[in-house]
Amino acid sequence: MKVIKIEKSDLAAGLDKLRGGYRLFGPVKDKTSHGFQELAAGQAPDLAFQNTRLSPKNLVFPQSETLLAYSLDGNDPEGHIAREVDKDYSPRAVIGIRPCDAKALTLVKMNFDTDAFKDPYWLNLYNASTFVGLACDAPGGTCFCTTTGSGPFHEEGLDVLLVDQHDHFLAKVLTDKGEKLMTAAGFNQSADGDAAVEKAKTAAEAAITTAIVTDSLAAADPMALYNADIWEDIAFACINCGTCTFSCPTCWCFDIQDEAQGNKGVRMRNWDSCMFPLFTMHTTGHNPRDTKVKRTRQRFMHKLKYFVDKYNAGIMCVGCGRCVRQCPVNIDIRKVSALMNNVGDAAKCAV
Amino acid sequence: MSTYTENIQQIAQRLLKECRVEMVIGFRKGSMPLMNEPCVITQPEAVNQLVWDSNCGINLTHYLTNRKEKIGIVAKGCDSRNIVTHITENKIQREQLVIIGVPCLGMIDRRKINAMVEGDIQSVSETDDAVTVATRNGEQTFAKMDVLQQNCAVCVHRNPVIHDEMVADPVPEQNGVDQYADVAAIEAMTPDARWRFFDELLAPCIRCYACRNACPLCYCPTCFVDESKPQWVGKSQDPMDVRTFHFLRAYHCAGRCTDCGACERACPVGINMRLLTKKLNKDCLDLYGWEAGLSPDARPALDVYKANDPEDFIK
Amino acid sequence: MENPYLPYPVRIDDIIVESEDRSLKTFKFVFLDPDDEARFAYKAGQFAELSIAGVGEIPIGIASSPVEKGFIKFTVNKAGVVTTHLHNMKVGDIMGVRGPLGNWYPWEMLEGKNVLIVGGGFAFTTLRSSIIYMLDPANRSKFKDITVVYGARTPGMLLYKDELIEWEKRDDINVHITVDGTDDPDWKYNVGFVPPITEQKAPQGDADSYAIVCGPPIMIKFTQPVLETLGYDHDHIILSLENRMKCGIGMCGRCGIGRELVCKDGPVFTLAEVNQTPREY
Repeated sequence: MKVIKIEKSDLAAGLDKLRGGYRLFGPVKDKTSHGFQELAAGQAPDLAFQNTRLSPKNLVFPQSETLLAYSLDGNDPEGHIAREVDKDYSPRAVIGIRPCDAKALTLVKMNFDTDAFKDPYWLNLYNASTFVGLACDAPGGTCFCTTTGSGPFHEEGLDVLLVDQHDHFLAKVLTDKGEKLMTAAGFNQSADGDAAVEKAKTAAEAAITTAIVTDSLAAADPMALYNADIWEDIAFACINCGTCTFSCPTCWCFDIQDEAQGNKGVRMRNWDSCMFPLFTMHTTGHNPRDTKVKRTRQRFMHKLKYFVDKYNAGIMCVGCGRCVRQCPVNIDIRKVSALMNNVGDAAKCAV
Repeated sequence: MSTYTENIQQIAQRLLKECRVEMVIGFRKGSMPLMNEPCVITQPEAVNQLVWDSNCGINLTHYLTNRKEKIGIVAKGCDSRNIVTHITENKIQREQLVIIGVPCLGMIDRRKINAMVEGDIQSVSETDDAVTVATRNGEQTFAKMDVLQQNCAVCVHRNPVIHDEMVADPVPEQNGVDQYADVAAIEAMTPDARWRFFDELLAPCIRCYACRNACPLCYCPTCFVDESKPQWVGKSQDPMDVRTFHFLRAYHCAGRCTDCGACERACPVGINMRLLTKKLNKDCLDLYGWEAGLSPDARPALDVYKANDPEDFIK
Repeated sequence: MENPYLPYPVRIDDIIVESEDRSLKTFKFVFLDPDDEARFAYKAGQFAELSIAGVGEIPIGIASSPVEKGFIKFTVNKAGVVTTHLHNMKVGDIMGVRGPLGNWYPWEMLEGKNVLIVGGGFAFTTLRSSIIYMLDPANRSKFKDITVVYGARTPGMLLYKDELIEWEKRDDINVHITVDGTDDPDWKYNVGFVPPITEQKAPQGDADSYAIVCGPPIMIKFTQPVLETLGYDHDHIILSLENRMKCGIGMCGRCGIGRELVCKDGPVFTLAEVNQTPREY
């Protein structure tokens, strides 16, 4: 694999060269935290961050996105007919995405890219993007990526992986898309960096101090997990806000709404959350998940069991730790997974 | 405060053993520093899960709404005022409750303290007036006053206003604090500056509704933002819809809010929406001499008419 | 990339009031672009999103049958925002239809088998589609005995009455119409709830027999033990589930029951399959 050396002092100039062919996105610090946004001309990404407060999923899955538009004018021959709207799917470069978040996008892709249907909005943005990852040297206390099938130097979903070497980056070029971007940026100084990258990787992985236990989940009986007596206690504290789902890089549920004003209107989608009662409320008032216990259970069962069973690609969690850090009442997916895993273990022993 | 945990456990155990309550609602130790988790204890032998420290900022009254059991509840000053409000609003009966009062010295603002140190906080210890945090780089000690939640720093009702048990003697109330300096600063702005201020304040909102859902006042079976017939508010990130949510929610809390800070504490993006509710608290105080939740025998300001009520705002 | 969120434009060609309380209307649509009809090729048991610009979408089972050409039909209960708006629309109005969506009754598996259809209330729409499909001269020989038990609260609430009466007279299908109650002295069909009528009229189940059940939850609940008694195994009892949906293509996440998505993996499931999922519908 090709490794290229990028002097940190050259990074901004290289990114500027990209601007002709790419829209640039990267982490930017506001008053208190980092978040991904489009980089204005001359603006450099702020790479001195552990991870962004919200995940970068909004780059391919905006919280509010127009899907279709229409006229409501009865005299308009096109009236009441929904049409696609113009979208900018020109190439984008996402600079500084963490490996966990890039891996998350590959999990979410399974939902939006299926044999039967393809979600053009998500896929067009995803395919337009070149992901330049930033390896994690100093994982946080709530990071548990290494036990989710990801890791601080995980390459899945990335086109380039940047590894910080104090005064320079070593850039592992992982795909043709990544190669193209490096060429466009004028980064071409080959380096023999494999050993250095491996060394940094080993150190970073060793710095991950917490884990999520999932080994008995795949074999567990879904209905036994569903009916286990663990959920009341897990859900007691839950206030059923959408913080966990909105901050999660792998949560993809959405709502579709029509919004019209005067003679024009749009059909749009907005992030939604299985924590909200309205999410499943039938018109009749019947709600199959009418209590917070059921809704909390749904979130964890979806991430740790249903997804596992449906895709056979591990859990729907990359260990970024955002939900753990941001849950107002400290519901911790690591703890929940351990409880669920115990149910799986107990069932094994029962045989 | 070092004896609080032990006393809470003893009281909870006694209440459960004597069958005076079916459950005790309190906090258990969190999975990470600066966080505790609200929990319910139903077995006397499980009371050792209960803890108390300065990371118990969530308002436990939230968990009382419409419950039918006999409940022991751990309550600091603001929680107790919301329990009063819950009783006044018929969300719980006084007879159902055994209130375990906790004289409070204020809750730590975890975001503030996180921003003051380099690297992840690995552990925390505290005394009555100091907080020491350990990171990879070593230990740092802060005066507790410097790392309190804003609402705690200006709190004038630290002791429970209603209680059946007390875990300690009352703490001195804070005198001479300017509770509404932040509101006064906004009131002094020009309308344009104020509009910009609110724009910036609410810009990070992701409409997760953590503020609403953490609030013990927000117990409506269907919140106005969730109504679909008719739909009052759009569901997108349109700033007008975001503002509508925050402004209307604040008005729904007028004369009821105790400034417990649960909303701000719960917000994942650090919005101080308390500035909105506090303005209404201030108006209630200035116009009607009303502070919410001080006595179950008083009717709320917006619930009664008095001959000397100011009426110059009715044109 | 084809956009699965983009509805086909249609014109309302006809509106039939189906029930005496006017809560049920059948809407007949024709495609503005005739080529869309071929793109909309569907099987009995599937549903579509009826799409009204400025209002929203609603998932509704397709009541017309694949063997009926030139139009599609949906019978809609007036209940929520979109259906209420639809009920107020007129012939000639333009709207959209997105689909077909979901799976269908397992027609290949049902070939050569006895088929029992049990329906209640306004959940008879995809069952009508199925009956028309099976009775089509090109298809009838593919199935053995066809039995239908269909009930509503009153005679005035029965869907597709003209067709029911016509089927009732035929000898290549056994139709048992019932109502919960009626004071009509001329009522010549059954009186009673669907489950007991099924118990009286439906044939015994065996390896060569399948039951398709579609109706309100309470009817399904009490029909299940009847079918078990009659000898229908759980993998021979076929249900069509309903859940709150938005996208209809398995992406928005809300209609999930366990790992299955009602909109995409369903709405048709065998009872054996449903037994393996949480009953969150």
